[in-house]
Amino acid sequence: MEKRSVDSRVRGVSTGTTILAATFDGGVVIGSDSRASIGGEYVSSKTINKVVQVHDQIFCCMAGSLADAQAVTKAAKFHLSFHSVQMETPPLVIAAASVLQELCYNNKEELQAGFITAGWDRKKGPQVYVVPLGGMLVGQPVTIGGSGSTYIYGYVDAKYKPNMSREECLQFATNALALAMGRDNVSGGVAHLVVITETGVEHVVVPGNKLPKFHNE
Amino acid sequence: MALSNVLHAPAAGFNFDHAARNAELEGLFDAQIPKPVKTGTTIAGVVFKDGVVLGADTRATSSEVVADKMCSKIHYIAPNIYCCGAGTAADTEKTTELLSSNLTIFSLNSGRNPRVVMAVNILQEMLYRYHGQIGASLILGGVDCTGNHLYTVGPYGSVNTMPYLAMGSGDLAALGILEDGYKPDLELDKAKELVRAAIHAGVMNDLASGNNIDICVLTRGGVDHIRPYQVSQYKDKRKTKYKYGAGTTAVLTEKVVPVKLEVVEETVQRMDTA
Repeated sequence: MEKRSVDSRVRGVSTGTTILAATFDGGVVIGSDSRASIGGEYVSSKTINKVVQVHDQIFCCMAGSLADAQAVTKAAKFHLSFHSVQMETPPLVIAAASVLQELCYNNKEELQAGFITAGWDRKKGPQVYVVPLGGMLVGQPVTIGGSGSTYIYGYVDAKYKPNMSREECLQFATNALALAMGRDNVSGGVAHLVVITETGVEHVVVPGNKLPKFHNE
Repeated sequence: MALSNVLHAPAAGFNFDHAARNAELEGLFDAQIPKPVKTGTTIAGVVFKDGVVLGADTRATSSEVVADKMCSKIHYIAPNIYCCGAGTAADTEKTTELLSSNLTIFSLNSGRNPRVVMAVNILQEMLYRYHGQIGASLILGGVDCTGNHLYTVGPYGSVNTMPYLAMGSGDLAALGILEDGYKPDLELDKAKELVRAAIHAGVMNDLASGNNIDICVLTRGGVDHIRPYQVSQYKDKRKTKYKYGAGTTAVLTEKVVPVKLEVVEETVQRMDTA
């Protein structure tokens, strides 16, 4: 393992990654790629799960060190579950994002993990929050993260429209992931998408060879 | 509840105790700091139709010297769970022993057989807490009431689950064989052959892996730990016996001094067993 990980900024397995979330009319789509890498050169897993369910209708995408992100989401799941038992009501999406924020901000020296939280709650409906490396918390209608996101800022800025339909938003997210995975070497594999609405949760998986192809592929 | 440390709950946050100790020890060794024994290693696992097959080579290296030619890298965790370990030999040995002890206590307390996912969680929590300082890359395989499972836990505490896995310095060689030969729902003999071939690729192409190949088959019916499954064809025949028989060293003189013991005090305490 030493020969692979010495000069990487992230120790151990990194999620490399492209993650995104976008709100549409009546729900939210959250998605990621599925590649885990070591040292920017070795793909240690082609099918890693980066979209984690932290509560019934709240999901998180992880970026950064895989070990740190898995540990934080585990702690977040526990805190949220406990919070929802105490409150006797499902937690708000902002509560989930706040739990992640507290963990990331208070341990910012040791952790290298960033998150996008998306979900649906009765108070504010579909929401997306981003908690990057230092522990900031910002709510946005659409957000992208991870190393692959740099390649799709233009696409997202140009193509995202508020109040799209479910199908339009799903297509937008799939295209964005495909474009990022096509340019970023540490993003790849399959595209995991989760659609969260008032009625429930739907998991859509698009295998690598079924992703949309663009002009130069 | 099973914890990675039964005696006392670990302090919250990261534990850097050993970092300070290591820094102090560095000053004491004016030549070189002794290198830990690493297992070099090729380990692999495959999920097949009726269970899980784990495989490992048997070479433990200390830099360029083979420290142990018949090292056991497939560790017992529970009657239905075994774990292959790569990385620093002491770390994999002690981590798996700690896990096994805790799961045994859990089984006795709860009256339940442990689940593979529980073992994985305990390992992940422990390795994460040590922030990569415990050099253990583990492949955990087992059969429980929820099915056949195979997980890998990295030294930093990341977990991944796949139907086939390889770790250690020979993992790339083994992974090539696994990627090519793996199919869902393999039969037992095909699965054993696939794992054997994967470890063999590691043995042949990685200098730090070698000697014999061990296999461990886990099914609902029980465990078959075959050690060795394949013996190295490069075994050297020893030219002579290196054991020294009685009489090799001549006895010149013998003096026997009996030790005189006297009873100083005697007390009798009756035990009431009624």
